[in-house]
Amino acid sequence: MIGLQHYLVVSAILFVMGVLGIFINRKNVIIILMAIELILLAVNINLVAFSAFLGDLVGQVFSMFVLTVAAGEAAIGLAILVIYFRGRGTIAVDDANRMKG
Amino acid sequence: MIHVLAFYLFATVVIASGAMTIFSRNPVHSVLWLILAFFNAAGLMILLGAEFIAMLLVIVYVGAVAVLFMFVVMMLDIDFAELRAGFVNYLPFGLAIAVILLAEIVLGVGIWSAGPVELAQRAAPATADVSNIQAIGALLYTRYIFLFEAAGLVLLVAMVGAIVLTHRARGGVRGQNIDKQNRRRPQDAVRNVNQPVGQGVEL
Repeated sequence: MIGLQHYLVVSAILFVMGVLGIFINRKNVIIILMAIELILLAVNINLVAFSAFLGDLVGQVFSMFVLTVAAGEAAIGLAILVIYFRGRGTIAVDDANRMKG
Repeated sequence: MIHVLAFYLFATVVIASGAMTIFSRNPVHSVLWLILAFFNAAGLMILLGAEFIAMLLVIVYVGAVAVLFMFVVMMLDIDFAELRAGFVNYLPFGLAIAVILLAEIVLGVGIWSAGPVELAQRAAPATADVSNIQAIGALLYTRYIFLFEAAGLVLLVAMVGAIVLTHRARGGVRGQNIDKQNRRRPQDAVRNVNQPVGQGVEL
């Protein structure tokens, strides 16, 4: 029978996939943003799995707020990406050193 | 039985498409794989009995976020081959980090046991006689109404921010100046002329 830990393992694999995506696509901001979406999806699966197995709805409500933040983050991130590309003509993260941070 | 089968189907596809998202050469393909991952995650949510979150995943992620990604990927003229340079260099280190992280999480989940869960302490127990959507609605519009409003505010700020960031005033475009239109009076704009015959009109 499928238990809570099955879902937790799936979400763990998805989370690690997102982290790996950030590591190996270090230059491409678009893929990095997609990897962040994968990480947030893994978090959502985790929240909903616990919510379902404990019979507590708060997890699903919280998962909705995570979804909200993910959507906002994608919109702002892509907007920054568009103006960055407009100014520099590239989206390579390595070139983003104008602020000397 | 069908539940087990469906779980393994959705889980396999969501993981495979997650992997294809980060490994694909073409970012457009990446977005399409991401959409597949979201669909199958929605399937997992349905298996868990969270229909509302499943619908939300399809509507928000597939309908809005993935389309936004698609727009940006296809709109920007980027040399993606150049961005992929160093992919192989980063792969061993990234894989090592990923394997260690996954081993730690799975080990943690494996040895984790909830202990005595006090089910009476649940903040919002799910009841069997109300559907998932109804229960979430009743919760969201009563106890979590302020958080709900705050989430709406977050979306509003994100929308305004995205518009402000990407908006640019172009030169050489004749736009409408409403203030100037409102300040215009008939005595400045219209005059009556008794035009003599045979002479040119003064403009």
